[in-house]
Amino acid sequence: MKDKDVYILGIETSCDETAVAIVKNGKETIANVVASQIESHKRFGGVVPEIASRHHVEQITMILEEALTEANMTMEEMDAIAVTEGPGLVGALLVGVNAAKALAFAHQKPLIGVHHIAGHIYANRLEKEFQFPLLSLVVSGGHTELILMEEHGDFKVIGETRDDAAGEAYDKVARTLQLPYPGGPKIDQLAKEGEASILFPRAWLEDGSYDFSFSGLKSAVINTLHNAKQRDKVIKKEDLAASFQESVVEVLVKKTFKAAEQFDVKQVIVAGGVAANSGLRTALEETFADKKFELMIPPLPLCTDNAAMIAAAGTIAYEQGHRAAWDLNANPSLDIEIYSARSNK
Amino acid sequence: MNILAIDTSNQVMTVAITRGGELIAETIINVKRNHSVGLMPAIDNLLKDANMLPKELDKIVVAKGPGSYTGVRIGLSTAKTMAWTLNIPVIGVSSLEILARNFFQSQDVICPFFDARRGLVYTGLYQETNLKKEEQNLLFSDWLVKLKDVEGKILFVSPDLSIHKETIKDILKEKAVFPPAIFHVPRASVLAEIAEEKEIEDVHALTPNYLRMVEAEAIWLKEQAEKNND
Ligand SMILES: [Zn+2]
Repeated sequence: MKDKDVYILGIETSCDETAVAIVKNGKETIANVVASQIESHKRFGGVVPEIASRHHVEQITMILEEALTEANMTMEEMDAIAVTEGPGLVGALLVGVNAAKALAFAHQKPLIGVHHIAGHIYANRLEKEFQFPLLSLVVSGGHTELILMEEHGDFKVIGETRDDAAGEAYDKVARTLQLPYPGGPKIDQLAKEGEASILFPRAWLEDGSYDFSFSGLKSAVINTLHNAKQRDKVIKKEDLAASFQESVVEVLVKKTFKAAEQFDVKQVIVAGGVAANSGLRTALEETFADKKFELMIPPLPLCTDNAAMIAAAGTIAYEQGHRAAWDLNANPSLDIEIYSARSNK
Repeated sequence: MNILAIDTSNQVMTVAITRGGELIAETIINVKRNHSVGLMPAIDNLLKDANMLPKELDKIVVAKGPGSYTGVRIGLSTAKTMAWTLNIPVIGVSSLEILARNFFQSQDVICPFFDARRGLVYTGLYQETNLKKEEQNLLFSDWLVKLKDVEGKILFVSPDLSIHKETIKDILKEKAVFPPAIFHVPRASVLAEIAEEKEIEDVHALTPNYLRMVEAEAIWLKEQAEKNND
C-alpha cells in the first residue's frame, strides 16, 4: 500500500524573486507563484540587495495567500514548510527564513532548510523521476558546477568555477555591449543572429579537471572590443555575442559529456537560470543525441528561481528526516556538500 | 485578549505575551546578536511559559522601525506571516514610540532616538502618547538646534544615548533631561500595551518604517532630476 501523500510548502527569497509553491510527493506541482522584481532592479543594471529585501517583506504574505488559493488548500494540509536557507543574498534570504519559521511554528509543523542549488537540481524531478548515478550541470548567475548524485539528497561537487560563474560572465559581457539588464537572454538572442567568427579562448584547465574558468574569456571579449574601437574597426555585436556564447557553451558541454562518461551516469540534468539559454540547450541536445545518457533540461519556468524546486528538494529532505530547529538562520554561503552530509548522518 | 509583542528593530530583542492587559511573560536581551537566530526560540519559550498555544493568540504587535533594516524585517516577516496564517490582527508600531512610552506619565516632551551613523539619527518628538514632531532621519545637531524652541524640559530616551549625550548637553544645556540607564531599553510589554489602543492594519499592507530611502534609489532619483533640468 502506498503511504499517504506528502504536501510540502516551499518558500524561496534568495535573490530577486519572491516565490511560494506547494508540491505533492516531491514530483507534482500543485501551486507555483513567483513574483519577479526584475522591473525594480532594471534601472540599476543589476539586483540591489536592499531593494530586493524590501520587496520580499512587502510581498511575502500576499504570495503565500496566492499559492494556497491556487492550490485550494490550507496550511493544515501541509506536512512541512521548506525554505531556501542559502546560498543567496542574506537580507533577502532572511525574509523567507523568518516567514517559514512563523508558518511552521504557528501550525506546529516541521521546518526544513533547503540548499538553493539542490532546489535547482530537484526542479527536474517535477518533470521526470531521477535515476542514479546522475550528473547535474548547474549554471546560473552565481553558480557553475558539475554535481554528481549517487542517491537522493546526496550531492558531490566534481567541478566548479574558479572565478566567474557562467551567468556572471554573460552579465559582464552584456554590460560591455551596453545591453539592458538582465543581459544573458539578450546575448543569447544576439548570438542567434550572428556568426561565431571570432575565436575566443576556451579554458580547459589541467587534464582531467572538471573545473571551469570564465574570467579569461570575459577579458578577451572586452579586449577585442576595446582594440577594435581604437582602430575604428566595427565588430558586429551579433558576431561578438555568438563567438562568446560558442566559447562558453563548448566548455560547458564538453566537460559535462566527459564527466558523464567517466562516472557512467544514467541521467544528465541541467539546472539553473542559464539552462534557459537556447545556445546551451541546442548544443547539449546535439551532444547527447545518441541517448547513451538521458538528458533532462527543465522547461523555462523551472530554470529560473521558483519555490516549487525548493519544495521538491525539501520533500526529499523531509523524507530523509531533516528538521531545522527554531534557530534556523539564513546562510548566504551554505556549502552544498555540507548540506549533503545532513542526509548521510 | 492574548497579545504577542515583538521588537527586533534594534540591538535589543524583546518579546512579550500579555493576557487581558496583564503581562504574562517577557524577554529582553540587550546584546549584539542575530535576531533571526534568537527570535523564534524566544517566542517558543515564552508561549511555553505562558502555557499557551500559537493558535490561542488573538493579536500580534510588532516594532516596525526605524532601526536596523534587517532587524526590522526579521520582526515584520515573523509577525506578518504568523498573524496572516493564524488569521488574527497585526499592528505595527514605530520603534521610537515604544521608547517614548517608557515615560507615558511624564509631562515633559520626550525625544526618543536611535543612532544612524555619521552624525545622523532616527528621531521624533512625543508628548504623553502623541507624536508632536514628525519622525525623521537627519543630522542630530540640526535636530537639537530646532529643539531649542520647544517649551519646557526634554527627556532624551535612547539605547544609543552615550554616543550623543555630550552633543545634547552642549546644545540644549539644562533643557535636556537624562533618565537612568535601564529606561533606555525598549520593552515588548510596553509595545503590547500600545497595541490595545491602535487601529488594526491590513496584514499585506504592513511595511517597515525605514525613514530612509535605499541609497541606490536616492542616487538614481537625483540623477533623473539632474537630467530633467538639463
Ligand atoms: Zn537560482
